[in-house]
Amino acid sequence: MENLLTVRELRKSYRRGGGVFSQESEGPRFTAVDGVSFDVARGETFAVVGESGCGKTTLARMLLRLIEPDSGEIQFEGCDLLALRGAELRAARRQMQMVFQDPYASLNPRMRVGEIVSEPLAIHEPALNAEQSLARTAAILRRVGLAEESMQRYPHEFSGGQRQRIGIARALILQPKLIVADEPVSALDVSIGAQVLLLLQELQREFALTYVFISHSLPVVAQVATRIAVMCAGQFVELGLTEQVLNQPQNDYTRELLSAVPELPRA
Amino acid sequence: MSSLLEVRGLTVELPTPAGWVRPVNEVSLNIGAGESLGLVGESGSGKTMLSLALMGLLPPGARVSGGASLTTQASTKKLMSLSEREWRDMRGGEIAMVFQEPMTSLNPVMRIGAQIEEAIRTHQPKLKAAEVKRKAIDALRLAAVPEPEARAEQFPHQLSGGLRQRAMIAMALAAGPHLLIADEPTTALDVTVQKQILDLLDRLRRELKLGLLFITHDLGVVAQVAERVAVMYAGRIIEEGPARNVLAKPLHPYTQGLLRASPTLKRGTLTPIPGTVPQLTALPPGCAFEPRCDLRRAECSGAVPALRIISSDQAARCILV
Repeated sequence: MENLLTVRELRKSYRRGGGVFSQESEGPRFTAVDGVSFDVARGETFAVVGESGCGKTTLARMLLRLIEPDSGEIQFEGCDLLALRGAELRAARRQMQMVFQDPYASLNPRMRVGEIVSEPLAIHEPALNAEQSLARTAAILRRVGLAEESMQRYPHEFSGGQRQRIGIARALILQPKLIVADEPVSALDVSIGAQVLLLLQELQREFALTYVFISHSLPVVAQVATRIAVMCAGQFVELGLTEQVLNQPQNDYTRELLSAVPELPRA
Repeated sequence: MSSLLEVRGLTVELPTPAGWVRPVNEVSLNIGAGESLGLVGESGSGKTMLSLALMGLLPPGARVSGGASLTTQASTKKLMSLSEREWRDMRGGEIAMVFQEPMTSLNPVMRIGAQIEEAIRTHQPKLKAAEVKRKAIDALRLAAVPEPEARAEQFPHQLSGGLRQRAMIAMALAAGPHLLIADEPTTALDVTVQKQILDLLDRLRRELKLGLLFITHDLGVVAQVAERVAVMYAGRIIEEGPARNVLAKPLHPYTQGLLRASPTLKRGTLTPIPGTVPQLTALPPGCAFEPRCDLRRAECSGAVPALRIISSDQAARCILV
């Protein structure tokens, strides 16, 4: 299968400490992502699993250039993403969208849902008239399971699961090729999280989407991933097909993570 | 053996602009000394409001009926008729609570040791300073905090999430309570740290003969810490029984649905529950789960089903069982 995304030796470090009240002017450097390489094939769900502080969110944000890497290479559809500037970068970005963890923090509380979902159109397809934009917004909202009337309402009027659907609609309205989802269900209740996971899977088939799925939860990832990368201290310690990583883990850290998952008794 | 905690028909009502709502509705449960009960529910099920009622921390204006009593070797106390003065001895002294987010429940500008000492001094005001300090270090050691003397001198931001939660547990246990309420104590933690905290709580329960009320939305976590499980939905307990039975052979359609919606390491087992949790201001007239239930019948919307006792120790609030 052809690769949509190719990442080579991606690296990012931050300066630790050195804040306003710090006595030293510069803290030691701390490497959040330490030479990560992988390929993501078209149509697959590539999952990155790790505990807090392992660098998974920094990695996710670098893939969209929301954070600039220190070094390394990102190829998206064969073009060098890190070399793009201005209009070219904007054109590439409409192909890659993000779904965030916290549906309470990632929607502007002072914008109506219709404005939130259609805003990407205003930026990337300014030629559309109001009517066309409205039709696209209504269609995508319906597709994620929300009523058209939602457009007139504000985010606070919706439950967590519905807000996550709004976030997904916003990500999909430009018909992107790649969705980077950072813990999309970890803030949701169990019964609602399952609804959102299934919705993401349906949308993937329908719109031929490729997912990079970031999560701390192996059980969640087990439901959706084609391949799993286990991340620890900025590096991938294991990368393989989902069944292989879950059933025959090669790395000690992967085994530790698997054994810490609370298991349900089976009938 | 009589129970440590006995809750009978406890109802909590809160005033809202849309009228009175009942986040806790005729809840009854028992916890013996050294026993653990897992209380499972999604957001809005009333599980946190129930724990606040048991700590005497209900928001002002709340209306309570029914009762709860705490029986120790020394006495039996009716919790719902305690005065604020009596609650002050009860909280920490006999019933203690550990919250979800250790960073927001610890004082950021106070050393860990001093915060635990404060909890001890509240209950034993005549103790000498050196003795209080020794007890605080002992509490940290009990919660398996490594290098307790050094940690006592540190501030919350200098500790990892897991250590902060251990410090919270140390503080909760410092005055020697009989009942510990843990409200989602591991939700904010990584799985490997979660496992350590669950093991710690389990060990403390056995060693100190603590009654443990463990509140969570995670069925996997409940399977690890609780002997018995009560499932809450829209303010009521809809199923109760031994953890093994409830999680392996659930009787209530909601418990069954929750299990099918919980991701496991096995692929393709996920079936969501359709719809959302009902608003407390707009509860259906009959079974609260009826609008989301695959097995609903005409009778389901008639009246709230009674809790039916199925075997000696398992009960469910559904007309189909």
